[in-house]
Amino acid sequence: MNNIGKNSFDIGYMDTLAEGDSLFHRLDPRAKLITTLIFIVAVVSFDKYALSALTAFFIYPIVLICFGELPYRYMLKKVLIVSPFAILVGIFNPLMDRQTLIQIGSIGISGGWISFISIIFRFILTVTAAFILISLTGFNAVCGALIKFGVPRPFVVQLLFFYRYIFVLTDETERMVRAGSFRAFNSRAIGFRTFVSLVGNLLLRTLDRAERIYRAMCCRGFDGHIRIIRAMKISYKEIVFTFGWAFLFVFLRCFNIPLKLGTLITGFLK
Amino acid sequence: MSHHIVEANDLYFTYPDGTAGLDGVSFHISHGESVALVGENGAGKSTLLLHLNGYLSATQGTLRIGDSILTSKNLNIVRRTVGIVFQNPDDQLFMPTVFDDVAFGLLNLGCTGDELERRVMQALETVGAQHLRKRPPYKLSQGEKRSVSIATVLAMSPDILVMDEPASSLDPMSRSRLIKLLKTFRHTKIIATHDLDLAIDLCERTIVLHQGKVTADGPTLKLFQDEDLLRRSSLERPLRMQKCPVCSLVNDK
Amino acid sequence: MHMADALISPAVGGAMWAATAGLIAYSAKKLKEEADERKVPLMGVLGAFIFASQMINFSIPATGSSGHLGGGMILAILLGPYAAFLVMASVLIVQALFFADGGLLALGCNIFNIGFFPCFIVYPLIYRKIVGDVPTQKKIMLGSLVAAIIGLQLGAFGVVLETVFSGISELPFRTFVLLMQPIHLAIGIVEGLVTAAVVTFVWKARPEILNSGERSIPIGVVDMKKVLLGLGVAAAIAGGVLSWFASSNPDGLEWAMFKTSGKEELKSHETVHTSLASIQEKTAFLPDYGFKKAESEIEPEASVEAPWPAVDSGTSVSGLVGGGLTLLMAVLIGLGLKLKRRKSVA
Repeated sequence: MNNIGKNSFDIGYMDTLAEGDSLFHRLDPRAKLITTLIFIVAVVSFDKYALSALTAFFIYPIVLICFGELPYRYMLKKVLIVSPFAILVGIFNPLMDRQTLIQIGSIGISGGWISFISIIFRFILTVTAAFILISLTGFNAVCGALIKFGVPRPFVVQLLFFYRYIFVLTDETERMVRAGSFRAFNSRAIGFRTFVSLVGNLLLRTLDRAERIYRAMCCRGFDGHIRIIRAMKISYKEIVFTFGWAFLFVFLRCFNIPLKLGTLITGFLK
Repeated sequence: MSHHIVEANDLYFTYPDGTAGLDGVSFHISHGESVALVGENGAGKSTLLLHLNGYLSATQGTLRIGDSILTSKNLNIVRRTVGIVFQNPDDQLFMPTVFDDVAFGLLNLGCTGDELERRVMQALETVGAQHLRKRPPYKLSQGEKRSVSIATVLAMSPDILVMDEPASSLDPMSRSRLIKLLKTFRHTKIIATHDLDLAIDLCERTIVLHQGKVTADGPTLKLFQDEDLLRRSSLERPLRMQKCPVCSLVNDK
Repeated sequence: MHMADALISPAVGGAMWAATAGLIAYSAKKLKEEADERKVPLMGVLGAFIFASQMINFSIPATGSSGHLGGGMILAILLGPYAAFLVMASVLIVQALFFADGGLLALGCNIFNIGFFPCFIVYPLIYRKIVGDVPTQKKIMLGSLVAAIIGLQLGAFGVVLETVFSGISELPFRTFVLLMQPIHLAIGIVEGLVTAAVVTFVWKARPEILNSGERSIPIGVVDMKKVLLGLGVAAAIAGGVLSWFASSNPDGLEWAMFKTSGKEELKSHETVHTSLASIQEKTAFLPDYGFKKAESEIEPEASVEAPWPAVDSGTSVSGLVGGGLTLLMAVLIGLGLKLKRRKSVA
């Protein structure tokens, strides 16, 4: 019933992945952030029946996972876990759009199915891109990049605090839920009243904790400004990485290479 | 060397909801002394500690830190002189990495650049945590967190070190490592603790608090032999003094 | 209830991001003005609290399903609207990055749907009006329920609009609405009850907490106007700047139009496309070369888009072949790289 521990383990694990030392890990986080965003925008900008063109975009996650030495099975599992939602909404496409778009011999494939698979492809590509970003960069570094990009400082600082205390709070929550469930006779999900008192207590303790943190900050001279030092350097490596991928994405967006490849082959076969 | 002196004169403090926190506390702690602050829960230990760097201000009485009397105007100076390490390291380590946490106080003091780097690494080295500098706090063990939270305060080079239950929830190895470390500090030390054995190890002098008042102030070992005093203050003898066969075997000095 | 990158078009995603970014900047500015030092650690920790508590499910009696806490309302009550919005944004950012709840482009939509409506609309205009300055248990319950229901309805409707305008999903407007709104009505009721219960719990234990949130700069009529104005400007800019992605847009809009009005789509397709094209020309700041190239290359695929035209099936089969082959190659490259790594390590 409770996947609290598993969730915080997931975050910790992806953060640990970010401590790796591949070529891609060492790049400045800003380069990786920009490249990921360009990738996602390129993928998402295709029209709904794009299928062949999208396939070329798989080169990005594959190269990054391999050279970044990321666990591809783990990534795949995470993608699968969240896929139901995309499938749920996408499944209406084949139902609504029945007009045949492609004819292979006597079998007609409807536009609906094509757009459905297009949705699945988009989903896999964009989701993997986000995971790869975090696994290669780490949340703290991404926040550092955000500050450099001009995102309001109080917001990013608060983000960092939030991230820092996720583990503390999920630990506390897990302990409370576990203790509660040992005293419950219904071993399935907790009842409403128990939930409210659990959450209510957790909230009160959180407020107390916030007070203690503030106290500790004051005792170390806190004056209202939180200063974060991050040394970041842009070298030719970052420029090559970002512009190289960006150029490829734009190229693949404009020229449907898989289509050309396919035309070549079918022409050959004829 | 009067900047290491802590002198309380008839301190009174009442909480906003009316409960008495301190009920006329006076003591004089001189340069380099190690003093344990003991008492039952609610005796006023934590309340007193929070007065020492001006986080709480007494409703009556004065507190002298070093050369100056504590007022709302010289809080910044006082916070540089008095460093407090709180009981729960998770409350003190709130930055993304260990380095950030240790640098936090220094940055607030206006220290930057190479000087900052040097002082942070020095503090981490003192507690034996240099290898942890890039680690996020949630990945540290309890003992490591405790060491790093001490480093966050050490980096500010305080003259007076105040600690609230420094050895709580530490495993035996970490606890003895901590005691060894604290023994090397030349600061004036004020340590609030339930761990009377730790008090014996670290502090030559002990102040006993009971219901906001000082009920005893003297050499640690002598105090702990006074059964009457201990009972009145809702305390018990340290384990090694309880005629425990194992402990007395080990502690036969 | 979350928008996903898979269903979004760049124009919609970009516009919503512009709106969200504007709101974040505005909220951060307001927060600075409040100059409450205590708020930053409080916000961070409360965000972690919401995050953690969202993972606890409780069983809803008589339905056999489970519910959980959303949190926007509670945050708004404790922190005031600006801080609460920033905290909700943080929670959603972490969920998007680590759990793929949505996606990075759709994040702008999600922050708007799940953050803006509870914090800036429903909390000040409904909850505050009902509960006022002297809370009672009844008022808290009523305020939370109404606020949560309406907040979720607005958020759900936002998702519908964003999906339909993106044009990737075939889900027709009417069906989507009929699906989303009732479901979110139920979710809203649950959320309202949970919020009311937790707020009451905290209020009974420590009444002063509720007052501290409301001490923050109240949203007066003036502030709301500024917010809405800013939003409008941001959306207009986004629409203009990003309209060069509009090749996919006309289809989405046209789709929605067709399905809801039943009008002959060819005509509307022409008008929308031509008007958007003219906007493109007027606002283009990239070299013509880039645009024209993109336009002409997209054309063969866009022709598939136009309502049920006669498609050259030969091309499409090639497309499938080429696509399949490319995928295969990509996988082979991946495996090859892995083997090479293993060899070099061994």
